[in-house]
Amino acid sequence: MSEEDKPEYWRWTESNWRNPDIRWEDAKIVTAGIDVGSVSSQAVVMTDGQVYAYSNMRTGSDSPESAMNALNFGLEGTDMPESRIDYCIGTGYGRVNVPMADRTITEIACHARGAHFIYGPGVRTVLDVGGQDCKAIRCDEKGKVVNFLMNDKCAAGTGRGMEVFADLLSVPITDVGQRSFQVEDEPEPVSSTCVVYAKTEATGLLRKGWGVNEVLAAYCSAMSERIFSLIDRIGIEKEFAITGGLAKNRGVVDRLMKEIGLAPMKTDWDTQIAGAVGAALFGYVLVQKGKGRKG
Amino acid sequence: MIANYGYKDGSGDYFIAIDTDRCDGCRGCVEACPVNVLEVVDEDPNDPFREEPIVIVVSDKRKKIKYECGPCKPPTNRPPLPCVEACPQGAISHSW
Amino acid sequence: MIIAGIDCGAKNTKTVILKEGSIIGKGTTLTGFDQVSAIKGSLDAALKDAGIHARDVDNISGTGAGMEEIKDADLKVNEIKAMAKAANYLFPSARTVTDVGAEMGRAAKIDENGKAVDFAINEKCAAGAGAFIEAMARALEVKLEEMGPMAIQSNKSIPMNAQCAIFAESEVVGLIHGKIPKVDISKAIHDAMASRVVSMIRRIGVNEDIVMIGGCGLNPGFVDSLKNQLEIDKVYIPDDPAFGAALGAAVVLKEEA
Repeated sequence: MSEEDKPEYWRWTESNWRNPDIRWEDAKIVTAGIDVGSVSSQAVVMTDGQVYAYSNMRTGSDSPESAMNALNFGLEGTDMPESRIDYCIGTGYGRVNVPMADRTITEIACHARGAHFIYGPGVRTVLDVGGQDCKAIRCDEKGKVVNFLMNDKCAAGTGRGMEVFADLLSVPITDVGQRSFQVEDEPEPVSSTCVVYAKTEATGLLRKGWGVNEVLAAYCSAMSERIFSLIDRIGIEKEFAITGGLAKNRGVVDRLMKEIGLAPMKTDWDTQIAGAVGAALFGYVLVQKGKGRKG
Repeated sequence: MIANYGYKDGSGDYFIAIDTDRCDGCRGCVEACPVNVLEVVDEDPNDPFREEPIVIVVSDKRKKIKYECGPCKPPTNRPPLPCVEACPQGAISHSW
Repeated sequence: MIIAGIDCGAKNTKTVILKEGSIIGKGTTLTGFDQVSAIKGSLDAALKDAGIHARDVDNISGTGAGMEEIKDADLKVNEIKAMAKAANYLFPSARTVTDVGAEMGRAAKIDENGKAVDFAINEKCAAGAGAFIEAMARALEVKLEEMGPMAIQSNKSIPMNAQCAIFAESEVVGLIHGKIPKVDISKAIHDAMASRVVSMIRRIGVNEDIVMIGGCGLNPGFVDSLKNQLEIDKVYIPDDPAFGAALGAAVVLKEEA
């Protein structure tokens, strides 16, 4: 198989959405939030603090281009010109490389604010597991951060760690969760935290005769233990919400929630847009306070 | 807000926690740190509505504070940490 | 008295045969996923090298990550103790010893009798171990043993941002796409890895003479980066640094017998 034909087991579908109930022409304030993550980028366009359109795409090798692509893809199918945006905030790992941003705000503040919008004011603990980081944030009833940590140094407990495993086992990333439950008995978690060593350990387990699903289960469970130990540092308070790509992996989420002893909050929104939603909301507040571009 | 800067890896937990409600940006810790791990910035990057100076862990040191902070943490006979000692507000703590 | 010192490491299992305090044989095998056969394999190889039989061995001592699997061991030796004794045996002037293997790094301050008085350990994270260079070799598509010789051809200093081996792989791929010569990337990799080992050594204090054992001692790129960052002219490395811990285990048993 040539390098190009090789299936990419981590690939997920890019998407965009427009709110059919909103006419942008009626809006007083239009803001945008662009979250350039290491793996995915999202753009959210808000009209008077409501989500009008968004996109969710894979980040390319060039951050400014990824930011522009995300915004263009978000506005695709709307006839709103980019120039209608009053204020734009960049967030995420690549936030300093968002060319159209008027200002940047850290993903910590944006995720808390975005989760508050997406899940409602009852949310107190937000876990965001992205492609290359894991954030745990505790916030108050206004969506303001009370306690947080971010781990972007180590691949264990991040989407990248799971991608490495999916790739090692040749299982599409979207199947990991489901297949991890197709085991007779829940196996012991993979004992190595370090992804490099966990890979070696997994190879040994396969050699010992473990099935792929069992190894997946052992890794999902190791990852949930790892994430639990991170959130535990900031203290878990209910209600609990999970955003970011990992929210879609039930193999980890279900095991984690069992350990925490809570049910995760539910939402109809795509949880990957939380950071960009928070950014667009901050933009809305700043413009209202007269601190925007026009203020 | 408690801002935890640092990381956890297979070898352990390495976080510097800053209580931003206590920190008044006095720079005492910045001057006490022999390896420039801390800096005071004009506004809190994690709170867009706060406009007072605040101490943070320098961004490119966050992923290696286990190593950066090494000189103040000999394996035996460890003295009190200069940054912690220098803070009149008791706003700084280390997890390791 | 004939003693076999066995070091069951994460990657390789090494055996040293000591007769009346002198090395008469060595053997090594890949540890793989079966530590018990690796232990037997390395012992057999060492016996063959020494030209003796298993029954000629009076005592066995074990050390390393898999030492619990060395069932015939009369003594199990803590890794710090083993590396300290090895350094003292090989270079009596040694005051600092560092052991950098496939999955761990250690450093100890030792006295004139080869006793460890202070130590630091870095384990369970590939960033500060040989596994880091191995993972980067795959990303660079270069053989592991070519990495060091490549690095010493470069005099550039390119900082690496990622600490984690998994993230550093992507960074290396980015550098390749950025048309950075592979020799310079290899140097950056060794510098990054050595900086973590150096900060571990600095925690216990840099006291000469410094001895290095462990598989990474065979890597000229790593040794070069280590010397530069420690700002010293010489690091004492035995001919077979990978056998250091096995030798140390044998010496400890000899002294305690």
